[in-house]
Amino acid sequence: MSVHKPLPHDSGPLHVTGTARYIDDLPVPNGCLHLAFGLSQTAAGTINALDLDAVRNADGVVAVLTADDLPFANDVSPSAHDEPLLATDRVHYLGQPVFLVVAKSHLAARKAARLGQMDISETDPILTIDEALAANSRFEDGPRIWTKGDVDAALDGAQHRLQGQFEMGGQEHFYLEGQAALALPQEGGDMVVHSSTQHPTEIQHKVADALGVPMHAVRCEVRRMGGGFGGKESQGNALAVACAIAAQQTGQACKMRYDRDDDMMITGKRHDFRITYDVGFDDKGRITGIDFTQSTRCGWALDLSLPVADRAMLHADNAYLLPHVRITSHRLKTNTQSATAYRGFGGPQGVFGIERVIDHIASTLMADPIDVRKVNYYSQLPSDVNTTPYGMQVTDFILGDMTDALITSANYQQRRNHIAKWNAEHETLKKGIGFSPVKFGISFTLTHLNQAGALVHVYQDGSIHLNHGGTEMGQGLFQKVAQVAAACFDVPTDVIKITATDTGKVPNTSATAASSGSDLNGMAVKNACDILRERIAACLAEVHDLDPSQVRFEQGNVHIGSQTVTFAQAAQIAYQNRVSLSATGFYKTPDLSWDRIKGQGRPFFYFAQGAAITEVVIDTLTGENRILRTDILHDAGSSLNPALDIGQVEGGYVQGAGWLTTEELVWDNKGRLRTHAPATYKIPACSDRPDIFNVALWDAPNPSETIYRSKAVGEPPFMLGISAFSALSDAVSACGENYPDLQAPATPEAILAAVNRARQ
Amino acid sequence: MKVTFLLNGETVSIDTPATQTLLDWLRIERGLVGTKEGCNEGDCGACSVVVSDPNGSPDVRAMNACILFMPQLHGKSVRTVEGIRGPDGTLHPVQQAMVEHHGSQCGFCTPGFITTMAAGHMAGRTDHDNVLAGNLCRCTGYAPIIRAANAAQNAPVPVWMHDKALAANPVDYAPDTLDELAKTYAENPDATLIAGATDVGLWVTKQLRDLNKVIFLNRCNELQKIDESHPDSITIGAGVTMKNLLPTLENFHPSYAEMVRRYGSEQVRAAATIGGNIANGSPIGDNPPALIALGAKLHLQHGQHTRDMLLEDFFISYGKQDRAAGELVTGVTIPKTAPALRSYKLSKRFDQDISAVCGAFNITVENGIVTDAKIAFGGMAGTPARATQVEAALLGRPWIRETISTAALCFNGDYTPMTDMRASAAYRLEAAENMLRRYFADLSGETVSVLEVSP
Repeated sequence: MSVHKPLPHDSGPLHVTGTARYIDDLPVPNGCLHLAFGLSQTAAGTINALDLDAVRNADGVVAVLTADDLPFANDVSPSAHDEPLLATDRVHYLGQPVFLVVAKSHLAARKAARLGQMDISETDPILTIDEALAANSRFEDGPRIWTKGDVDAALDGAQHRLQGQFEMGGQEHFYLEGQAALALPQEGGDMVVHSSTQHPTEIQHKVADALGVPMHAVRCEVRRMGGGFGGKESQGNALAVACAIAAQQTGQACKMRYDRDDDMMITGKRHDFRITYDVGFDDKGRITGIDFTQSTRCGWALDLSLPVADRAMLHADNAYLLPHVRITSHRLKTNTQSATAYRGFGGPQGVFGIERVIDHIASTLMADPIDVRKVNYYSQLPSDVNTTPYGMQVTDFILGDMTDALITSANYQQRRNHIAKWNAEHETLKKGIGFSPVKFGISFTLTHLNQAGALVHVYQDGSIHLNHGGTEMGQGLFQKVAQVAAACFDVPTDVIKITATDTGKVPNTSATAASSGSDLNGMAVKNACDILRERIAACLAEVHDLDPSQVRFEQGNVHIGSQTVTFAQAAQIAYQNRVSLSATGFYKTPDLSWDRIKGQGRPFFYFAQGAAITEVVIDTLTGENRILRTDILHDAGSSLNPALDIGQVEGGYVQGAGWLTTEELVWDNKGRLRTHAPATYKIPACSDRPDIFNVALWDAPNPSETIYRSKAVGEPPFMLGISAFSALSDAVSACGENYPDLQAPATPEAILAAVNRARQ
Repeated sequence: MKVTFLLNGETVSIDTPATQTLLDWLRIERGLVGTKEGCNEGDCGACSVVVSDPNGSPDVRAMNACILFMPQLHGKSVRTVEGIRGPDGTLHPVQQAMVEHHGSQCGFCTPGFITTMAAGHMAGRTDHDNVLAGNLCRCTGYAPIIRAANAAQNAPVPVWMHDKALAANPVDYAPDTLDELAKTYAENPDATLIAGATDVGLWVTKQLRDLNKVIFLNRCNELQKIDESHPDSITIGAGVTMKNLLPTLENFHPSYAEMVRRYGSEQVRAAATIGGNIANGSPIGDNPPALIALGAKLHLQHGQHTRDMLLEDFFISYGKQDRAAGELVTGVTIPKTAPALRSYKLSKRFDQDISAVCGAFNITVENGIVTDAKIAFGGMAGTPARATQVEAALLGRPWIRETISTAALCFNGDYTPMTDMRASAAYRLEAAENMLRRYFADLSGETVSVLEVSP
């Protein structure tokens, strides 16, 4: 059977030969026009006038549009209708699109876009968490607060108590393919849009609203993205809408791709957070009560910030049973890019909060941080008290066993001792070792999004056309789902044709996000394939005058009692007997209920888990640092494809470690992002991966009924990068008595500052 | 400008604007869309192509097509991802290995990895982290890519990777001789000189500047020589690329070489020249600190007239150098031996990152007393500059920890660094002080670099 096999990515041969097509590679009709936005150079202010004559007169310019030229909705928000495609009377961040250039070439559009004169009355921008709190500049009317138990009493009665506060930076997605869209005008005012998006239905919806047409007049197609990571969940709306409007107005195909600097200046990033904590604990480090305050800069528009901030709250417990807890969440409105979805969707920030607290407790008690983690773990045995801060019973916790297995396989204890000895012998360089677990809730917290559709055709030659609502951004979703389809008929995967996501084939799709791609679409495809298999089986049974239960699909053949035909012959027979060989499939995740205001319910179908141990070395003179070794044990259930899942784990870990080390976003006091290109924003490079990198899957079936008992794997391993931060903090601790209070990202500068604190 | 080169083995002759980039030409003019634009500034490697000199030179290298101007290709061979696969569709060993080892996920960076790996493979390279330092991947965490590179490294180079010879006529936009070049530049002092275009490329792709008049330097062989014939010194032509300089530095100045190993990336080093890095005058160029600490002498030529000066005197103030209009930097001379030279590059990321601080130390200690001290830094002032007060605090003093502690306080007098996105002023200053401490530990034999530590 094709599932559980480590097959290569379906597009691998296309990737390596340069023949895999991305938006900018698609052949375009003659006369295709190219777009660029003119960007605000002011973070906050009122637009008095725009002088765009020089733009209009520039070489190759065909049209210049402002908000006044938009015929219908001027809105690319995925949530609150607070995000105009082009600024109207005010600008809200430096980099906001103000006008749109339509030109004969990409270069001409870019050149012209810089010629606009904007007369803007500048006001003081709100840039920082402190400024936003002081101005009460926030989304929603006040902070969200969720509680469990009696926190104040627990803190008052605690044996030990600690307070702390730390900052964690945001993160640029740095998908290698920048945002891109191509609109092809059709007859009768219809529009076809190719978009590099994780959410084709959203593109269809926003384009339809912008063109003033029903959704049926717009079709969005996505074959693949050159990386997404959440950055293409909503951030592609602006390009697709701009292209569609320009295509409608000019009658020509229109393409837009952001230059990298524009991409980084315009689009949202991971939410940065400040987390404040007040924690009570006993001599073993067991947390008896904890009060968290999470403050995050959401940027200028709402985008997806509410569910992101919710998910940060939902992961404030990570793997730990917190008997008394209060989580307060401030969602702050600032004059910066509108922070958006990014792998983990707030979860990493929440998880990092509690991991940091546990390291602080361990440091205070001079205990092994793993021991402190273990005493706080949820029980592996379900019980009424084994509940999350939001009242969900944890019934599938396996991190106790996973942790013990990892400690052994990574030889943790011996290495910890060895590191202590090494540090005693070295003055300038210090090593550290860190552990972090992850328990990540799987499901969209907006319950209605947990649905998926599929469309499967079996052709009369036995070849199969596969389509579903999920999008391929590199994660291998298409291959995994093709393996599901092939398994349903027990045919080789090369019988299956993987096709581009297309709102004309499967409607009303959810974003490929929340790690849910294979869970949802795999099930929907299985549903469709099961229907077709049953139809074919019924037909063959009838032809042979047997019961359908006597028809078996095995290894490319179909056995009907004692007779055997190939799958292709079976398809031919079904066709000739006038059986419909096309079916839609559908799936909705069961057992979900969630009240986000009360913070109560069962928002998740199950938890995906994992654990990592990282060893690092730091230079106490400069703060330079490096990951030496990483050992990971990750839970992908019964993996649909262990090779692709390990790829998600390795890639997620390095991306997570990058978030907390080299990747630093810097804005100046005018609100200008100063790290807007790879020259200044440093994602991990090749040599930044661990020298020794051992990744294994915890191969146990998901107790919940998921597709072939697999588990979602896209986001959870990202959080294992936190172990690198813990290790760095551990290394700094070797320099002195004080808690180093390391801030994230742990750049060389941040580490040197922590070294100085440790030594004070 | 008339340009003749080999593209995937076939001769191509075109007439091109001076600042047309290879990437745009491939994608827009030629419809070869396998080569990707990731950043358009030479920092991500998605647009990497294989470039070689099809006239017998074994110098095969990966280069960034996004900041490679078409005239730079005259007489060269270019192989894009479309030309890595065999004519009959057979995959190159690196392509096969990348599929089998799951080295691609989203696939967008993959063509650049393939071309870079193919160039490294052809050159027999097995130091894959160095070869691939200029190729960013956001999906895989690199582990499977390195597995693929390891798996393919011993496979023979496919025959189709070898190019036929190409005869290229001299061209007026890229003089062949130094005299002709100096004359042309003296007569056209307003022209922009383009060597590797790793900086000028960005003027075009990011600042969107139109360069009216340009002179390409890459065909002037006289500038590309490294002369080691003198018993005590090495003269490096201004047109020597950092890639070609590296082996020489490894022989004579290993610490400087280790810094250059991290300078830009393989692709950037294949384009960037030492003369460009000096003449550009950037306060954060990585060569000048080491060169100044070596007491390097700079050579310039203006028409027929040549002159020499100490490199440290070349940098006058931010954006201003002692170079007349129409005057060329032709080379730099350094001593062959400087066992105490150390060069420390400090950046957020080890590979392909611009230095926050780059310090170079060259201190002579005789009988326990400091008898000579040359310390120079980049990133600490408007120009690369010596730490004269620190040097003074060291000279004549015993080479002991106390001297170091005292002297370190003098950086405060030598430099007033600034705060920017790379580092704060305070950190820069503290790091500079600590680099002196590191130097002391380094010379005493302690391991001082995290890069030398193994798990």
